[in-house]
Parts: sequence; C-alpha cells; structure tokens
Amino acid sequence: MATSTLDRPAGGATAARGPVRRLSAWLHRHAGVRLAALLAAPLFWLVVAYLGALAVLFVSALWTVNGFTGEVVRQPTLDNFRTIVTDEVYRTVALRSVGVAAAVTVIDTLIALPMAFYMAKVAKPRHRRWLVVAILTPLWASYLVKAYAWRVLLANGGPVDWLFGGPGSGPGYGLGATVLVLAYLWLPYMILPIYAGLERLPDSLLEASADLGARAGRTFRAVVLPVVVPSVIAGSIFTFSLSLGDYITVQIVGGKTQLIGNLVYVNIGAANNLPFAAALATIPVLIMVGYLVAVRRSGALEEL
Amino acid sequence: MSAGPATPAVALRGLRKSFGAVEAVADVDLEIADGEFFSMLGPSGSGKTTVLRMIAGFEPPTAGSVLLGGRDVTRLAPFERDVNTVFQDYALFPHMTVRQNVEYGLRVRRVGRAERRDRAAEALRSVRLDGLADRRPAALSGGQRQRVALARALVVRPKVLLLDEPLGALDLKLREQMQVELKALQREVGITFVFVTHDQEEALTMSDRVAVFEHGRIAQVGTPAEVYERPATPFVAGFVGTSNLLGGEAARAVLGREGTFSIRPEKIRLDGSPPTAEETSAGGRVAEVVYAGATTRFVVDLDAGARLVVTQQNLTTTSADVAALRGRPVRLAWRTEHAVAVPVPAVPTPLPKESAHAYR
Repeated sequence: MATSTLDRPAGGATAARGPVRRLSAWLHRHAGVRLAALLAAPLFWLVVAYLGALAVLFVSALWTVNGFTGEVVRQPTLDNFRTIVTDEVYRTVALRSVGVAAAVTVIDTLIALPMAFYMAKVAKPRHRRWLVVAILTPLWASYLVKAYAWRVLLANGGPVDWLFGGPGSGPGYGLGATVLVLAYLWLPYMILPIYAGLERLPDSLLEASADLGARAGRTFRAVVLPVVVPSVIAGSIFTFSLSLGDYITVQIVGGKTQLIGNLVYVNIGAANNLPFAAALATIPVLIMVGYLVAVRRSGALEEL
Repeated sequence: MSAGPATPAVALRGLRKSFGAVEAVADVDLEIADGEFFSMLGPSGSGKTTVLRMIAGFEPPTAGSVLLGGRDVTRLAPFERDVNTVFQDYALFPHMTVRQNVEYGLRVRRVGRAERRDRAAEALRSVRLDGLADRRPAALSGGQRQRVALARALVVRPKVLLLDEPLGALDLKLREQMQVELKALQREVGITFVFVTHDQEEALTMSDRVAVFEHGRIAQVGTPAEVYERPATPFVAGFVGTSNLLGGEAARAVLGREGTFSIRPEKIRLDGSPPTAEETSAGGRVAEVVYAGATTRFVVDLDAGARLVVTQQNLTTTSADVAALRGRPVRLAWRTEHAVAVPVPAVPTPLPKESAHAYR
C-alpha cells in the first residue's frame, strides 16, 4: 500500500512534464548533442572569424599590386617577401620592433614583480581589492588619451624636462619615449597575471624557506621566482605582442621612429599596397610563433 | 650545550599576542625541557598555534619574550633561530624534487655538495622514503609528504622541532601509525619536540608533558596522566576525555561533599555487585546505550539529579545484551578516590558543549 501511494505521484509527474523538461531529459541522454550545442558558437567564431581572417591575410600576402593601375593582381608570388628579406630598411625596422617589445617586457617585469608581490603577500587582504582596482583603472581610460597625455609630459619644456633640470634635458620624443610609454600602457597586463600567480603561492612556503634559514633575497630567488615564472611568461606574451603590433604610440611620441606597425599602416593607407601590408603583418605573427615555441621548449609552461 | 643542562630548551615569559581587538594569546608562561616531547592541546582558536608561530618567529609577540636555550630571541627573524617547523599543510616547495626539498636548508647554510647528498639521503632513510628522492611532492601521498616535511626540518639538526598539527590531514589509520613513528623518531634523534594538536588522544599518547590551552591561556600543564586523572579545571576535565562532572546538589547527595567533582567514565562500574568499603555508589536509570565494538557507553541519569557517562569493556557482553539495559534502573559504583575535586575558576568559563574527540 505504502509503495503504491508513493508510485502514483511519481508517475503523474512524468506525464505532467513539459517540453522543456523532456528536452532536458533527452539532452541528458545524448552527451554528443550537448557538447555540440555548447561549442557551436565559439567554434564558428574561432574557425571563420579568427582563423579565416588569418588565412586571408596569408593568401593576400602572396598577391601584388599593379604599379600602374593600383589594382590588386591575384597571382601568387613571393615577391613581397623577397623585398622584405632583401631590403635593408625592413630588416632594421623589424629588429627595432623586436627590441622595443623586448625592452618593454623587461621593464614591465621589473616593475610588476615587486608591485604584485606587495599586493599579494604584504598588503592587508582588505586593501588588496583596492590595489587591483587601482591597477585596472588606467585600462578604463582611452588608449589614445593616455598616449597624448604622455606627449604633453614629454614635450620640450614639459614636466619630464623640468624633472630632469630644464627644457631639452629630458628624453624628448623618440625611441626611448616609445619604450617608456608602451611600458606604461601595458604594465597592468604584466601585474595582473603575476599577482594571480603569487596569490596562489601559499604563505607557508615563504615561512618554510625562512624557517630553513633563507633570507628574503634567497627566498625570492629560490621559491617565489620559480613559482611565478609561468605567470611572468603569460604577462610577457601580452606586453610583447601588444608592443610588437603598436603603431599609434610611436606616431604620437616616437618622433621619426618607425616600427612594423607604421609600415603596415603606411602601406594600407598612403601606398595603397594591401598585399605588401599583409606580407609585413606576417612578420610579428612569425615572431610571436617563434616566441611561443621557445617558451614551450624552455618547459616553463609545464609548471602551470 | 653551553647554557647548561638545567636551562630549558624553550622558555616563554609573559607572552601575549593581540590581533586588533582579539587577544589570541594572553599571558603565557611556559618552560619546555631539553629533549622533551611537549604537546600544546586545545580547541581551535585557543592560541596554541599562535604560540608555536611566535616560537618559530613568524609572529612578533605583542608583549613578553621567547627564550631558546636561555637566549632571548624575541626580536630575531625565523632564519636566525635554531628551530624548525613542520607545517600543517607541509609547505613543500612544489617546483623541487623530494631531495631538493630536503637539501634546501643545507644549501642555504652552504653545506658542501657531497655532505648535502649524504645527509639528505640519511634523513630520507630515517623517515623511510629513500626510494622517492627524485619525485616531485605532487606525486606523493599525504603521508609521504608529511615525512618529507619531517626530513626537511630534521636534516638541519635543530635544537627544537615545532610541529603544527602535522597529522591533522591524514586519515585515522595513517595518523595512528605516524603517531608511533614520530614518537620513535623523537626518541632516536633526541630533539625537543613541540607538538600542537587539537586531538586529546594524540596529545595523551605521544607526549611527555601536555599544556591544555583555553582562550589564549594555559589551563593546565602536566604529564598526560596528571592532566587526565587530575584535571585542574572543568574545561580540562571536559576537553581531555569526557566531561563527567558532579556538582552542587548532586555532589552533596551522592558524595556528601561541597564542590565539583570529575569521575572518568571507565572508573565507574554498573555490574550490579554491591559496593565495597572503598567505593561510593549511586542509583540511577540507563537513559541511553551506545555500542562501540570494544566498549559500550551508558548514559545514566542519577536519582540524585545528575547525568553520568559510564564506559564498560565488552568482555562477555554483546550489543543485544547491552541494548536490553536501556531504561532499566542500575546501581553505579566507583572507588571513592576516583571522584576528583575540580576547582572551579573564580570567573567560570563555559564548558564545551560537545568535545569532538571525547570518545575514541
């Protein structure tokens, strides 16, 4: 008797199930359909919008422009790449771009490590939230405004000059200014991953190191640094690739300096040579692929 | 030791620690002898771990001083103190192998490569981990990590080893095995062990002496037998073992004396045979019977109006036999000297409602 009264409402509930419930139940039994529904949109985006655009870039890099009519000639040739490899100017600009990106990454790492360490391990927990907000705040302001703010700071007779002791004493516009402003712009992208990495590092590891006789410097080198290496690499991928692709900051504070981005921009606009711009744009792509391969080889990502 | 044999390995004088308005440690005075296995026992939040961290140097005391081997180290950094810690979460360096972890303290002290290898191998052998030197901590079980942490702390030969609930994360069987191993290891190396635990059984079975902590103060210090048989306060009686107190009206009626008295459950018998001249007896009714395999626990409501717990070994009885006693009137008897007077402090502290480790 007891079992039958229990059975009846359960049976009634089955009959009363709506179409949504039935669909849920059906999906529950078909794991493959569930997975497809989950991944359809992101996969479409990744394949069509992302990889598709990249493929078009590579293909168009093989085309040329008719010098007379300005029309795109859709005939595959390696002429563009031949020009880039043989012409001194492009090699110099490519090397300069890599140098700027590397310098920005090193400067940001040196500033971000102590800053992130303070945020994650020294500051009181209730202050941490505000420090993260403070790090994120500059990201809310327009990139362009920040670059122009630095133009004012670095102007002849501007605040930076004054700090160095009078008009003309500061670095002025040029390569140095470019590195400085890019390092300023991308610093949050280095601090946040290192902060996240250090927050995962238990305090007891630092205490254990001190307990075993290590001073602060030793603890930092032997315990903190190896644990945050993957975080530094994650941050460096941001700072390096963002610097490598930048062309606006250079125009604003770089003086006559040109980076790969400027050449791409000039070829799209003034020179109206889209295929050559595409060929130039593959240089940073190849450099980043090389960087990622090197990072993977070093084994630093295995600790993640 | 240059300081002489009478100098305590660890001495705490008027030690206090406040976190904001919270007083975690309130005026602790303590001396721990050289070579002693000393336990600090108490519920969570009683200040025992904070005291340990002040001995290690991780927390600066608000007031008072810490002396190691007679030397005042209150203002010294952890790396300047001749003590080492086994952490509750083991705190093994995840990017180093077991051997590198164990060698770390020696490397910091600039011990030569060959000697480093030998001493690390010896330390790993002493905790029976010699085959696993090249593994990463992530590839070890909890018990193995525990032993690596021990080897890492012992390899630098500290005067005092501090252990912060080192067995807390292990399951029961492994914990019991490690208790025996730790005790044997301590006897072997002869180092002073200061052991923090909330497990009264662990403290009783391993220690030479126990300090019971309550609200940042030491309620009682003594050998395990002293703390168990002669609890100094109702809190100690309740936290170490089962709270079995007779007080007020019930004490007057049963014992004919004023005060509060503790009677350990295993000292009471309810076999029904008449009390002898050395015994006190009291009538009651069995309210609850709990069969626990080796023993049975009876909760008895006394006619005089108190409730006592009685533990009996299941020498001949079975669960069915004891269950039949529920609701029956019984006569309890215990040797008169086993009702121990427990001084109630001037400011009565609330008894723990239920001690998690009251029955084992």
